[in-house]
Amino acid sequence: MIDATGRPQSVLVLGGASEIAQAIVAGLVPGRCRTVILAGRPSERLDAAADAARAAGADMVETVAFDTTDLAGNPAVVEDVFTRFGDVDLVLAAAGALGDQAELESDPQAAAELITTNFTGLAAALLAAARCMRAQGYGRIVVISSVAGDRPRKANYIYGSTKSGLDAFAQGLGDSLVGSGVGVTVVRPGFVVGRMTEGMDPAPFSTTPEAVAEAVVKGISSGADVVYAPPVLRWVFAVMKQLPRAVWRRMPG
Amino acid sequence: MTAPRTRRALLTGWGRTAPTAADVVHAVHPSLVDAAMSAAVAAVAARTGRGLVARGMGRSYGDAAQNAGGTVVDATWLDDIRTVDLATGRISVGAGVSLQTLMERFVPLGWFVPVTPGTRLVSVGGAIAADIHGKNHHVDGSFCSHVLSMTLVTPTGTHVVGPDADPALFWATAGGMGLTGIVTEATLQMIPVETSYMLVDTERATDLDDVMDKMLTGDDAYRYSVAWIDCQSTGSRLGRSVLTRGDHARLADLPHRLATDPDRARAFVPRQLARVPLTPPGGLLNPLTVGAFNEFWFRKAPKRQLGKPHHMTGFFHPLDGVGEWNRLYGGRGFLQYQFVVPDAAGETVRRIIERLTEVRLASFLAVLKRFGPGDPGPLSFPMPGWTLALDLPVGHDGLDRLLDDLDEEVLAAGGRIYLAKDSRLAPDTFRAMYPGVDRFLEVRSRVDPDGALRSDLGRRIGLCSDAGAPTPRPTTKKRKTR
Repeated sequence: MIDATGRPQSVLVLGGASEIAQAIVAGLVPGRCRTVILAGRPSERLDAAADAARAAGADMVETVAFDTTDLAGNPAVVEDVFTRFGDVDLVLAAAGALGDQAELESDPQAAAELITTNFTGLAAALLAAARCMRAQGYGRIVVISSVAGDRPRKANYIYGSTKSGLDAFAQGLGDSLVGSGVGVTVVRPGFVVGRMTEGMDPAPFSTTPEAVAEAVVKGISSGADVVYAPPVLRWVFAVMKQLPRAVWRRMPG
Repeated sequence: MTAPRTRRALLTGWGRTAPTAADVVHAVHPSLVDAAMSAAVAAVAARTGRGLVARGMGRSYGDAAQNAGGTVVDATWLDDIRTVDLATGRISVGAGVSLQTLMERFVPLGWFVPVTPGTRLVSVGGAIAADIHGKNHHVDGSFCSHVLSMTLVTPTGTHVVGPDADPALFWATAGGMGLTGIVTEATLQMIPVETSYMLVDTERATDLDDVMDKMLTGDDAYRYSVAWIDCQSTGSRLGRSVLTRGDHARLADLPHRLATDPDRARAFVPRQLARVPLTPPGGLLNPLTVGAFNEFWFRKAPKRQLGKPHHMTGFFHPLDGVGEWNRLYGGRGFLQYQFVVPDAAGETVRRIIERLTEVRLASFLAVLKRFGPGDPGPLSFPMPGWTLALDLPVGHDGLDRLLDDLDEEVLAAGGRIYLAKDSRLAPDTFRAMYPGVDRFLEVRSRVDPDGALRSDLGRRIGLCSDAGAPTPRPTTKKRKTR
């Protein structure tokens, strides 16, 4: 259950090897979260994430094979977790890839796959999770979006548009779940220094997986609808969204 | 029997935290409780259901009367008075009857409830499930010590139990938070009173030592005793308090105008003076407003005043005069932290008050009282010692970890947390605080082998589960130390 101070006791991570997800799990386990289910492509990274959760103090840690691009299979993976482990207090959707914009522009099939990974596949899995949670009568779904989805930029509009789509989907899902006991939190991090952005120059207001995790754990406990990380980006992007297109087009990088 | 019609509703406890949705049964008759029980048991057996639990007036602060995704039986409609014996004060009532109703009906006839908590807006069923205590615990014990028998609907049938009829099931139900079945009827022993007034001695105490000393030496002379503590005073004034103690007034104790008018002297007409109409988003209770209130409350109390007649309503239930006062804590709600520690652990009480005053957490209400001996209920809260209850708004950064630390202090002192107030205790801490839990689970597995009786509280502290695995059995699992 989620307690009065907003601490969950169990979490299912979609994209269990994600750095941000690992940092969030590390932030939740010392509270009350002793059951951690990591769904992702079987890999050393996924196993390492499971070991880290165990080391942090979780009693029940399992990995589950999950590939967001497997549109036919992934809702069943989610449903199976709910049946096998009982209540799932929190579903954390953290799967996603950044891709290389230039390469993606010249390889439409690869671009479509990225869109499936980041949006289509995740949306299917989240609909399954929402159905299970509605029946369960409570829960929280946390969706890792990005400020790149707030306004797509020419330099990364393929990735950005997947996040725009996912973000809009999550907001609508949240509204559809009002009154069911289930809430949705959309997380919009800025540039996160880490594996995904290795070799790139950090953008202004860049942050770290740990800082994002801290903001997310706080957002979960307060039941926030939207979490920006760092929080100042809420105001930065409120302005950015108003810039004339001719100016926005000239944004570097 | 067909399953009764339900409506899906979002429920919380009095603290307005952690809402969950459940299918609520409008149980206007005990047969509907039976029907709901059968339907829930069948659904659990088919692995499609999430069980059921009863709900009374919703005055538990946390998640005790919630059952996410399952069935919640609204028992407040079982509100009839079945049998009355005015010669002995024995009455049989539906479990949904509120203590307020009992007072309205029976005080004018010369009988008062044996135990009342700080609110009279609780049901008899809820009073049994929480084994509630009042200001007279040091003399009269808790509520279930005055229950002569009750009718309990369980997944394996309906049982009439009492201290002499299946005592194991009776006592497991006392404080069992609804997880042994649904009480539909109870027979209570009321206490005789001549009037609806109390004779009250009020005195101020300058600090914690002073109030504890006064209670240790003087409580035995009073049937009712409680201290209100100002949790915002620090340093040499830490724990300054107002101590109120008294007993029921006899007719001859009252001023002439009442003493000569017995009907008036026994009148019990509860009034709601005001109601909080909406929830102020950030809440109105913060260190500033609460500080001002506490100062006012302390100054308003006489330094020392003896034998002053007060009406029962003001003495027992001052907050019931304000409807929905729980809204004052704002949208995120609040919680109550209530613990008991043995008499020798007075220092633990001091340290906990110190730690809460340090972080300047607004506590509108802090109440200190001494318990007498507990009863045989394995999950019943009271035990001899000091009990302190504090209301705390949710949302303060670090409140969760602070209260976890306080749990450790309470546990180390041999104390425990009150489940009717709890909304955040961890499963392993709960088990360590209630060594009777295995005894409780044994009784529960006898009447509910498939674990159909479930609540959010039960799930949170590890008494129930919805996984494919069956319900938790008694174990000897060692508690992990952090």
